Amino acid sequence: MADGTITIDGQTVPFTEGQTIMQAAEAAGVYIAHLCHHPEFRPHGSCKLCTVKAGGRHVAACTAPASDGLEVENESEELAAGRRALLQLLFVEGNHYCPFCERSGNCQLQALAYRYGMVEPHFPHFYPQREVDASHPDVVLERNRCILCALCVRASRDVDGKHVFDIVGRGIHARLAVNSASGRLADTDLAPGDRALEVCPVGAIIVRGRGFAVPIGERLYDHRPINEIGNRVPESEQ
Amino acid sequence: MESLDDEGVVLRVGEVAARHGDDPHRLVQILRDVQAALHHVPAAALDGLAQRLGLARVQVEGVATFYSHLSATARGHYHFLFSDGYTDRMLGREALVEQLCAALGVERGVPSADGRVTIEDTACTGLCDQGPAGLVNGRPLSGLGPMRIETIAGLVKLGVPVDEWPQELFDVADNIHRRDLLLAGPIQSGDGVRAVLERGAEATLAEVERAGLRGRGGAGFPTARKWGFCRQAEADERVVACNADEGEPGTFKDRVLLHTQPDLVFEGMTVCARVIGARRGLVYLRGEYAFLREPLEAVLAERRRQGLLGKAILGAEGFDFDIEIHLGAGAYICGEESAMIESLEGHRGTPRIRPPFPVVSGYLGLPTVVDNVESFAAAGAIAAHGGDWFCACGTAESTGTKLLSVAGDCARPGIYEFPFGVTVAEVLEACGGSGARAVQVGGPSGTCIGQTEFSRRIAFEDLATGGAFTVFGPGRDMVEVALHHSRFFAHESCGFCTPCRVGTSVLAQGLERIARGGAGRADLEPLKQLSGVMRSMSHCGLGMTAANPFMQTLERFPEDYEERLAGDDVMPAFDLDAALAEARALSGRDDAHAHLEQRHG
Repeated sequence: MADGTITIDGQTVPFTEGQTIMQAAEAAGVYIAHLCHHPEFRPHGSCKLCTVKAGGRHVAACTAPASDGLEVENESEELAAGRRALLQLLFVEGNHYCPFCERSGNCQLQALAYRYGMVEPHFPHFYPQREVDASHPDVVLERNRCILCALCVRASRDVDGKHVFDIVGRGIHARLAVNSASGRLADTDLAPGDRALEVCPVGAIIVRGRGFAVPIGERLYDHRPINEIGNRVPESEQ
Repeated sequence: MESLDDEGVVLRVGEVAARHGDDPHRLVQILRDVQAALHHVPAAALDGLAQRLGLARVQVEGVATFYSHLSATARGHYHFLFSDGYTDRMLGREALVEQLCAALGVERGVPSADGRVTIEDTACTGLCDQGPAGLVNGRPLSGLGPMRIETIAGLVKLGVPVDEWPQELFDVADNIHRRDLLLAGPIQSGDGVRAVLERGAEATLAEVERAGLRGRGGAGFPTARKWGFCRQAEADERVVACNADEGEPGTFKDRVLLHTQPDLVFEGMTVCARVIGARRGLVYLRGEYAFLREPLEAVLAERRRQGLLGKAILGAEGFDFDIEIHLGAGAYICGEESAMIESLEGHRGTPRIRPPFPVVSGYLGLPTVVDNVESFAAAGAIAAHGGDWFCACGTAESTGTKLLSVAGDCARPGIYEFPFGVTVAEVLEACGGSGARAVQVGGPSGTCIGQTEFSRRIAFEDLATGGAFTVFGPGRDMVEVALHHSRFFAHESCGFCTPCRVGTSVLAQGLERIARGGAGRADLEPLKQLSGVMRSMSHCGLGMTAANPFMQTLERFPEDYEERLAGDDVMPAFDLDAALAEARALSGRDDAHAHLEQRHG
């Protein structure tokens, strides 16, 4: 597969050999919704927010390779409805209370929900019982908000070389666990400055003392939508 | 029960790991052995194994918590797993589980007070033609009835070890009712391998292509093309992997093939090895079929003696190939080929991102052919008899025969080998299931049809199937069938992608509401929409097909739904009275106006 071009909603986008649809889109400044993708990490493909229609087939843009002449549909009514449903599923699966979440306004899940006009959960809430781990002096792990994107897993394993986090359990019982016999974050070797602390797209990993450094109302996505400024974790939160 | 302190556990798991060469890629096999030795995988075992194998503890925990046959809390020395396939239900398994629980004073899912006995439910164990069925300490129990349960309860009370129970309790029948190409004339062991040596690898591949063989797992990918891709992939080493993780509820033909024709299956794997140039063969045998391991090992040993496996097979210099059996540990998803490879490598059974496909990058990154048990059996026979022999049977697009696992409401459940193209009505006629209301072809992930479609054919171009053929007689409630299978998929979802992880649970909950009369007509819409999202956005076939039971029964048996729907409106998703009960009791208030008219129980 050599270099070439694809089209995304009619716009011509070049790609280089080996790039995924997402990578080509990012290089061209075209936004494709996503949560588990991060340009610095190996493609994961679990949240499925980036599902596009490529050559008539539904594929995850973050894992599907670009190929010359491929026609990609990104912002159609159908895909928007699908993405809205995925967001609703993520909301009802966990316990997401935006009004008192430290990450509100900086949260990518919330920003995408605004972007796709999610005004109600649509599906019954699960109200799961999840553990909050406040054992660590520098970090709080708020599992109620975890969406299992595994970005912290990848960052800790692949960048920090520590493997502090991983997903355990199966199916709806899958959960984020930490690498210690006690199961407590304080007993792992997580430390300030770890890349794993800078990648959470939601409010599941909160660095202490920074939660309200910027007031709500003046945050990243409070004034500009995510498709304009992209998926970012503001420095004030890291 | 033997009880070890943490140090003892670490020592013990160290011994187990040592037997597996401390190879982290054997983690699933190691954890199975730990479970067998200690009746659970205690926390200390995670630490011990992590250290020993050079893995992070949380990584070992991730694997240990993925598989149903592994448990963090101790299971009894008598560990019963009762098959909860829908056909087992139709045969009255619920009453039998209750009977055993009552006789032994055990609550389902909770270890007995003395820790000796556990009784749990498990997904279909592949004995649907002789259910109700189950497993005790991994050994199969079939044809269960009140008398057998009484016998079993007696044995447990007397403390008789399972190994000393009467053999007839563990008898598993083959129940073959129709034989054709594969089952009628088994080849002599070695015929396929000799043929590939005489004919040459390339010409053998051409025969498989001429035969028109397509994957018997249900997907129907042309086998010769798969082998061709793998053969062309650049690598020093290639792998042949046999998918014997027969987990689709209602399917049991691989069990019968592995029991009656193991040589033919191994023959096919060896032929494939010669064609693609592989030295390593793996069989991924579903954990529920652990009882087949010993006889299969014996067949492998015999083949080594005959020079059909090992170094320089049949004297051909450089033709080195051997086969190793790995066991699954209770995860339907591992029937998906890339999840199976993950499991073979000692990981959680999460399906991989594709491309790359296994033929390019499979087991340990090596080009790997993954084929179903029946595909290898057919390939072995094709090598011996030639492609024309095979494609003379079946239809133009679906050559050869298909082994059908027939179960449910019929007089003669069992294995039927029919040429492809046989109609559903013909199969029903043969098995004594005429008058059926519905047939589920290919299990819950396949297609469920009603009487008006019984003229349809079993073939890749019409009703594709991995082999399940489940008959539902008049009076069967298709909402209950859909609910049961929705719960199955929710239980078996690996949890990796959003639409399947959450969607399967939402769908199962929705069907529960419908089944108990708590939903209105308008409640169907969100579930239909969700089904569409699961189909188009899921990571693998499990999520893509998990809504099939709901969508298909809704389309074909709307009357079953209609009689349960409470009206046109949306109904509250929760039971208001139940939700307020505690508050009402505490406050001593019960306002007459704070009630809804609900049919919730």
